[in-house]
Amino acid sequence: MATLSTTLVIGASLAYLATLFAIAWWGDRRAESGRSVIASPWVYALSIAVYCTAWTYFGSVGRASTEGIWFLPIYLGPTLAMILAWLVVRKMVRIAKTHRITSIADFIASRYGKSPAIAGLVTLITVIGIVPYIALQLKAISAAYQLLTEGSLVASSAVDPAWWQDSTFYLALALAGFIILFGTRRLDMTERHEGMVAAIAFESVVKLVAFLAVGLFVTFWLFSGPADLFAQAMTVESLAGLMRFDHGGSGHVHAQWFALVLLAGLAFLFLPRQFQVMVVENVDEDHIKKASWIFPLYLLLINLFVIPIALAGLLIFTGGQADPDLFVLSLPLSEGMAAMALLVFIGGLSAATGMVIVEAIAVSTMICNDLVMPALLRMRRFQARIRGDLTGLIKGIRRLAIVALLLLGYLYFHLAGEAYALVSIGLISFAAVAQFAPAALAGLYWKGGTANGVLAGLSAGFLLWAYTLMLPSLARSGWMSADFIEHGLLGISLLRPEALLGLEGLDGLTHSLFWSLLLNTALFVTVSLSQRPNAREASQALLFVDALQNTGAREPVFWQGRADIDALTALGRRFLGSASTDSLLREHARATGAHSVDQMPADARLVQAVETRLAGAIGSASARSMVASVVDEEPLELDDVLRILEEASQLRAYSQALEEKSRSLEQATQELQAANQRLKSLDRLKDDFMSSVTHELRTPLTSIRALAEMMRDEPDMPGDQRQQFLGILVAESERLSRLVGQVLDLARIEAGHADWNHSDVDLAEVIEQATGSLARPFADKGVALALDLKPVPTVRADADRLVQVVLNLLSNALRVVPAKTGQVRIQLRQNEGLVTVKVSDNGPGLHPDDQAEVFDKFRQVGDRQQRQGGTGLGLPISRQIIEHFGGRIWVRSQPGQGATFGFDLPLSGENH
Amino acid sequence: MSLKILIADDEPNIVISLEYLMKREGFQVSVARDGAEALAMIADDPPDLLLLDAMMPNVDGFEVLQTLQGQPERPKVIMLTAKGRESDVEKGRALGADDYVVKPFSTGELVERVRRLLSDDGPAPA
Repeated sequence: MATLSTTLVIGASLAYLATLFAIAWWGDRRAESGRSVIASPWVYALSIAVYCTAWTYFGSVGRASTEGIWFLPIYLGPTLAMILAWLVVRKMVRIAKTHRITSIADFIASRYGKSPAIAGLVTLITVIGIVPYIALQLKAISAAYQLLTEGSLVASSAVDPAWWQDSTFYLALALAGFIILFGTRRLDMTERHEGMVAAIAFESVVKLVAFLAVGLFVTFWLFSGPADLFAQAMTVESLAGLMRFDHGGSGHVHAQWFALVLLAGLAFLFLPRQFQVMVVENVDEDHIKKASWIFPLYLLLINLFVIPIALAGLLIFTGGQADPDLFVLSLPLSEGMAAMALLVFIGGLSAATGMVIVEAIAVSTMICNDLVMPALLRMRRFQARIRGDLTGLIKGIRRLAIVALLLLGYLYFHLAGEAYALVSIGLISFAAVAQFAPAALAGLYWKGGTANGVLAGLSAGFLLWAYTLMLPSLARSGWMSADFIEHGLLGISLLRPEALLGLEGLDGLTHSLFWSLLLNTALFVTVSLSQRPNAREASQALLFVDALQNTGAREPVFWQGRADIDALTALGRRFLGSASTDSLLREHARATGAHSVDQMPADARLVQAVETRLAGAIGSASARSMVASVVDEEPLELDDVLRILEEASQLRAYSQALEEKSRSLEQATQELQAANQRLKSLDRLKDDFMSSVTHELRTPLTSIRALAEMMRDEPDMPGDQRQQFLGILVAESERLSRLVGQVLDLARIEAGHADWNHSDVDLAEVIEQATGSLARPFADKGVALALDLKPVPTVRADADRLVQVVLNLLSNALRVVPAKTGQVRIQLRQNEGLVTVKVSDNGPGLHPDDQAEVFDKFRQVGDRQQRQGGTGLGLPISRQIIEHFGGRIWVRSQPGQGATFGFDLPLSGENH
Repeated sequence: MSLKILIADDEPNIVISLEYLMKREGFQVSVARDGAEALAMIADDPPDLLLLDAMMPNVDGFEVLQTLQGQPERPKVIMLTAKGRESDVEKGRALGADDYVVKPFSTGELVERVRRLLSDDGPAPA
């Protein structure tokens, strides 16, 4: 088998880690400048794919090689869990954001009255459960490295290197350094690790690409496609069996499938690293929606070539000369494909480092907040010394925790790692984490759970897990006598760890999961039901279970007592630093409407704000006890919780009513403004009207006065000149009287004071009457008037008013047509329910722009000649009249081709 | 040679009165029917005085004043306004009208203002 030089492999690994540094650094820089690179559902989903560790990358093929499709449930579980993500994960995200919860331990402890005991227990279980999992990653990289550089695994196990010569040890330290640099730079963990998330998403891409590459290489390079590969596999008896559903399981295949799917689903939700990327690092709840199909798609892709690679490995390495866990690496190596092998190694490195980075950040936070800090804060000596800023101390503790965690992982790897296949180690960790499920899930939907219930359930579940799963695995590694497995504890066969109470036939994992989750849930429920939740548990239950209903300022605050701003400020500065504390107080002052920090009330909401921010730094339980130590609290009784809840809901009702009020006030204001606008524009219209009337009255008066004065001053004016002037005087006087009459008429109509007679009117008679009275002017101007009247039914109207309209239309037409050649035609027609009168002329016509205005007051159009003698009120009055009788007046015209004015009136029967 | 007066008004009967009045007073009179025509005639044969109606179709009196403002030699202008609004008077003054008369005006007073303006006595007190 080909090998690669140590320098090359280490160089490539360091280059890859440096790339991760660069991406994380870039992500943090972008976050600081407000241009987040992780504000995308794709990045979110890819960061969730930190679920796929070295265990997936190497172990899936290993498991598929021996047990066929049994690697699948580990990915079906999360796929199913993702379907529920919009319900469950979104609620967890909302709660974590509101209460600045930074870990799964804090989440469960906070839910059950911010219990320090629960926080500590969850952390303890996590550490014990997770160390083997970290060891698994180190083991995978170490084995891959060995295979890559030495070509086999067997040789080296004989010469076990001392720890200072072991490259894995330095790998662990390098990872610790990386994690410290990007994970603990900031103190408040709810401030996101954007750089870390970006790096993790990148790692997910790398491992997927590498795995797909080796899959394609194996399927299409070593074999001629999947058909060829499967056909060859089918010819080998032992391989054909791998494809069967029931292969490799014990007798209870369905139970085992169900157990594995459930286990993986629960682990997916409650593994510290999954909680970190899914809940703590979530930037937008909507990302959950998209991730619920992107992430399962990712799982599908990364599992696509598991079976082909496993089959190929078994076909090529028939004598078992290669470890199935490393088929992905040994297949390209056996073909001498060094570059491909290096890519696969980097992919495996990315899978392992991704897991270790996120897990270490999450668990170190838990260790610091939930184990070390509470212990320190209880110590008298420590209490006495903590005057100053503690943020440096907290960071230090977290960094130490990270180093310790990785060294523990290394230790486990060094001592016990060889004994077990990758998959088995992972499943043991999963089963430990699954113990959190009853408390965490019930906490989201059931208000009755209590801290004692959780403590009882968790402890029992954990002990059973240790007894039925962990201890047998240690015993099988040769660490302790395996007698108790065969004969039961103290020789009692009912206590056999893998057949508890005589439950036989299940595989070890399903058996352990069944007993531990059963007892865990049963104790949690019964202990919870046996006592009423205390005030703090009840209040947290309300905040968690109703998280999606009340958020933000409307959330009730369950605290009563007296506080002092100075004491709270001092507390904040110790754990958050001065800058964060001062900005928190300023923000709170602004939010409450106080002018300065000194003037804001030290009320429950301020206490809550400080406590929540503290919880982000040191966990809810520690934050609770620190706040309690500096304020004067009144103990919260259950009645108080109910009262505060009642007040909050009243407040909510008030604020809703207030919003309603302000909305309706706003609406009223808008209506008033609109009315004011209308009045103003009416006022303007009236002014315009008055000004137009004045102008129209003054124009004829001007001629009258000037001419009269001149005739008075000039007694010997020639007779014909005098005669001409007198003619003008008469005409202008007539124009004046007509104008006054029409202004009054229009005013009466518009004010509704006009007298209307209603009778059945024959429009032919109306037209004849009007044409009769205009016969003389038409004849004088030499204009032909043609009547084209069809018999029509009567209309219900005022005959005199209609005569007025027809007269107006005819005299307008007469005014605009040329003398001698002018032609005016009047038509009367019935058109369905309407009677139509049309007056057409061969005058100059109307410009389209003028047609709409021609019925407005004083909007005389056309040239001087055409307007001569018109008042600008005839058409407006006509419109009023026609509309009064339910009709419509209109004009159609093309410039240069005459105009047709007309009106339609409804028939008698149709009107009123 | 007698002084030239241009009458710009769109009301035929007012034009008839003004034309008669000004001729009787011994002026040489020409008539424009709207603002555009008035501007053309001023450019063609500048009058000594312009009797300018404020409200005319197309180009109104104010626009005529505006156009005249930029020109080096412009006739004296008396605005004739039928509205008599303070704002119109102000506007006319600002645009360079020398005097104004509100319709209906007294013939005697109009003649007096015309003469005063043409004898360079400045505008009559308002």
